[in-house]
Amino acid sequence: MSSQIDKESRLSQKPKRLIYILPLGLFAVLMVIFFFGLGLNPRLVPSPLIGETVPAFSLPKLSNPNELIQHTVLKGEISLLNIWATWCASCKHEHPVLMKIAQSNEVQIYGLYYKDVPSQGVAWLRSYGDPYHENAVDEEGKVGIEWGAYGTPETFLIDQKGIIRYKHIGPISWNDWKTTILPMINTLRNNNDV
Amino acid sequence: MIPELGHFTLILALAVALVQAIIPGMGLLLRRTDWMAVAKPACLLQFVLVLTAYGVLTYSFIVHDFSVLYVANTSNSELPLIYRISGVWGAHEGSLLLWLLILSGWTAILGIASKHYPVDMAAGVISVLGFISIGFLLFSLFTSNPFLRYFPAPFDGADLNPLLQDPVMAIHPPMLYMGYVGFAVPFAFAITALIQGRLDTAWARWVRPWALAAWICLTGGITLGSWWAYYELGWGGWWFWDPVENASFMPWLTGTALIHSLAVTEKRHALRNWTVLLAIICFSLSLLGTFLVRSGVITSVHAFASDPTRGVFILAFLGLVVGISLSLFAFRAWQLRTLTPFSLISREMALLSNSVLLLIIMLTVLLGTLYPLMLEALGGGKISVGSPYFSLVFIPLMIPVVILVGIGSVSRWREDTISNLSKQLRTPAILAVVFASVSLLFLPGKVSFTAWFALLLAFWVINSLFTQLKKRLRHSKNLLQDLKRTPRGWYGMILAHMGLSFTVIGIGLSSVYSQEQDVHMLKGDDRTLGEYRFELVDVEKITGPNYKADMGTIRIYKNEKELMTLHPEKRIYNVRKNIMTEASIHSNLLRDLYVSLGEQRDINTGAWSVRLYYKPFILWIWLGGFVMVLGGSLALTDKRYRTSLKQEEIKLDDNNVLAN
Repeated sequence: MSSQIDKESRLSQKPKRLIYILPLGLFAVLMVIFFFGLGLNPRLVPSPLIGETVPAFSLPKLSNPNELIQHTVLKGEISLLNIWATWCASCKHEHPVLMKIAQSNEVQIYGLYYKDVPSQGVAWLRSYGDPYHENAVDEEGKVGIEWGAYGTPETFLIDQKGIIRYKHIGPISWNDWKTTILPMINTLRNNNDV
Repeated sequence: MIPELGHFTLILALAVALVQAIIPGMGLLLRRTDWMAVAKPACLLQFVLVLTAYGVLTYSFIVHDFSVLYVANTSNSELPLIYRISGVWGAHEGSLLLWLLILSGWTAILGIASKHYPVDMAAGVISVLGFISIGFLLFSLFTSNPFLRYFPAPFDGADLNPLLQDPVMAIHPPMLYMGYVGFAVPFAFAITALIQGRLDTAWARWVRPWALAAWICLTGGITLGSWWAYYELGWGGWWFWDPVENASFMPWLTGTALIHSLAVTEKRHALRNWTVLLAIICFSLSLLGTFLVRSGVITSVHAFASDPTRGVFILAFLGLVVGISLSLFAFRAWQLRTLTPFSLISREMALLSNSVLLLIIMLTVLLGTLYPLMLEALGGGKISVGSPYFSLVFIPLMIPVVILVGIGSVSRWREDTISNLSKQLRTPAILAVVFASVSLLFLPGKVSFTAWFALLLAFWVINSLFTQLKKRLRHSKNLLQDLKRTPRGWYGMILAHMGLSFTVIGIGLSSVYSQEQDVHMLKGDDRTLGEYRFELVDVEKITGPNYKADMGTIRIYKNEKELMTLHPEKRIYNVRKNIMTEASIHSNLLRDLYVSLGEQRDINTGAWSVRLYYKPFILWIWLGGFVMVLGGSLALTDKRYRTSLKQEEIKLDDNNVLAN
């Protein structure tokens, strides 16, 4: 049987001409992406969740896996929910900014620890410092999907009523905080006072 | 005055590079051997000039010349001598100069060895390398000049990133660069072959040692880097799928495909265009790696320096080099195609399938690395994809690669049959199942399918190598003599594949059986991990040459017998105030005991946070890498790479005489 296969299966090494041009075509696409990649900055992407109440969750706490943390903690005060993981290089860049925000006491930061091993997150916070009020462990990433996360880091601004007001994709820079997020927080706070 | 000398020699090097690129290149097109003859002296002179520039920068580091901006930014008066020498490549400008030095170094070696190749081939290759050199010299002089002065000179320097103050970090980058840049040589050969239309088995034999040498350096560099990450970052992890790690891993994947495809081209005259394409892709990925690391398009813990103007420059250069090469491929390779038939079941097919798989793996890694960037280009933000994606796609794709290594190594060239293959592979397969199952019994811890499967794959590769050995000596009458006569390339191949199976064992077993604890400990406290008991004896303050540290003393007992004492440190570097975790590790072939010291949690009670790891067989991951390097190096010393063109001609003449 095998000898039959051999006769029929001599590989014809005459691929179509197009195949020879294919690598060039793929490379051209890559170059276009790079070109735009160099020129663009992180910017706002409309999220369907803006103006909606926070999606519900009930997850173990990072600090104590035996206790649960629920979405209800996000109601009552203005807060940030930051989605992060130790495998995320951009999160490492963002971390010092979160530390500064936490020290400014303007807002409480909650963390959604996304698709990662809890012990590593604990170790990370111990080494680099802990800007979070509390962290929810989303080891399988299911809650992250509910929140519409498609990568890390992403940060949500949530008002006193538990309504999502703003979503920031990518690491928050100190400038983002000063010029965008902090003013929004101040507006929310003033509206509430009135 | 001295730094200006460096700057000046770099400008001279640019002038020489122009000569090296243009005159032999024109000579090749106009068929003028006197123009081609410029290649060798030009590339030697260029090497001397770049070496001088490099020497000048090193000198500025050694004598603490902080009036040089780059030195002021990367060194410090307290920095020990060895790190002042390695600090030269501690940031962008210097590492670019190192890139250039290595490129001109490879070119010079090629120039010296050029008598082994036809004059026009050597001239073409040196010319192409000259063009690459022009690009990087322009890049260095216009966007990243390491010799810029800074007035007034600062009193002291900002210090070298403490992460890089480590002996392995002193050799990892040059090794990695030698691999990266080394792929420029096969690339130059490929371009020359496309221009000349000469793509034969002799061409493949010339390229093989260069591709192999680059692959050896890259393998060594990646192995060292992974080992460094393991003991220096203090997380106990050894691979993070960080964009910069990926940047070195992608050329490794295609480089591995290239050295195998070259073997097919040399032995069977087949897959020639595929080989050429792989050579182009390999070097393109090296350039892409440089672009990704240096442009700042992707944020990474590795990107010490990033600047958008540099990004634009490298992008333009990348587009030019790769665009021209792939256009050349699109038009010339089509004309050079031939038909060398082989069956669906043959060694060619196994090697081709494996190189296609490696290319697919490279593309998935590329996708994962660039996905954040693409998303950004389409209007999203900067995000990370991270390890969940990579482990999901990498492992399932790598399994068939390892299986094919076994099949490929016993199948015949050109044509084989399923019945013959299954007859030959039956024994190795059955033995692999037996060995894997038996070894599982001796392992501590629960029975795990993953561990069993990793062992199965490893034994499958090892057994098939023995089958190949048996096949080779089947008709042997004098075993010792036949073993001696077997070329070193073959032994190197066996050794390198052994290395692969070691790495598979290391990854499989360490990921299944590792145990860790992250605990608070008071002096005198102890914790048990597997069979080991860790006792925190003391934490004291010590002072190093340029840092202060808390040093823990942790005693480890097994069955209540004292085994060893480990000293993990928490260092604070004087200048940059960086906090560094220096883990303390005891390694042997069976397991690593890994201890790292966190922060003092509570000043009143003196509780320290401590991380304890027990990692069985993890050393095998890097052992495998070093065995691959060893195998590659052994193959590199094979006699047939050293026969010069003249000897070959003489041999041909002898044959003719005999024939007459």
